[in-house]
Amino acid sequence: MSAAQDVLFRTLADPTRRAIFERLCRDGEQTVGALTARAGVSQPAVSKHLGVLKLAGLVRDRPEGRQTHYSAQLGALSPLIDWTSQMAGFWQNRFDDLEDLLKRMDQ
Amino acid sequence: MNTATETRSVVVEREIPHPPEKIWRALTQPHLIEEWLMKNDFKPVVGHNFNLRGEWGGVLDCEVLAVEPNKKLTYTWNFKHEQAAYNLSSVVAWTLTPTRTGTLLRMEQSGFRPDQPQAYAGAKAGWQEFFAKLEQMLERGE
Repeated sequence: MSAAQDVLFRTLADPTRRAIFERLCRDGEQTVGALTARAGVSQPAVSKHLGVLKLAGLVRDRPEGRQTHYSAQLGALSPLIDWTSQMAGFWQNRFDDLEDLLKRMDQ
Repeated sequence: MNTATETRSVVVEREIPHPPEKIWRALTQPHLIEEWLMKNDFKPVVGHNFNLRGEWGGVLDCEVLAVEPNKKLTYTWNFKHEQAAYNLSSVVAWTLTPTRTGTLLRMEQSGFRPDQPQAYAGAKAGWQEFFAKLEQMLERGE
């Protein structure tokens, strides 16, 4: 495994940190306060997770007044995602299910 | 590399020990499609608009583009999302070629852009699959 992948895996291995990252992916840019409200952990803990995500290049911060806004940096995931093999995996599974169905069907 | 216009495609091909006519039924009858793909209101009629509804709650917008019974089936495979990165416009083309022992079934999905890796299996499902795989890899040890 490459060093870049190693950092990403380590960073995303923590379920709370991964949940924060997923939320940013799904819902777009947010403040620490908004993230804390749904994270189930304290604000300092969320800030710490965001710091680790930032070090891995997975989030970017944008200060605005007294607030800091965080957003996901999806490009940072590219070392992990071999896009075509992921999609091929989806279809391979569908082909498996299709073959199972064909075995059950009448001629 | 022109990343704005370049698109990628995925091809899955498999020899299946069943005749094309039977596979065609599995590809075109809604109650059969549901068993291996997703809930749907498919009709094998060019121009027919239908939805594929995933278990994760996502809905794909599709339109039948080509129908050649027992030979070829093509439809669009689109996913709308307010965030551009999740938007997906692609085309799924099935080709059935008879062989001595059954059928060579080929699926080509084309139209993805390389800047939207998260769209590969439809937003949330894709993410769940991705993170499930991530967890599996972590469990196996780095």
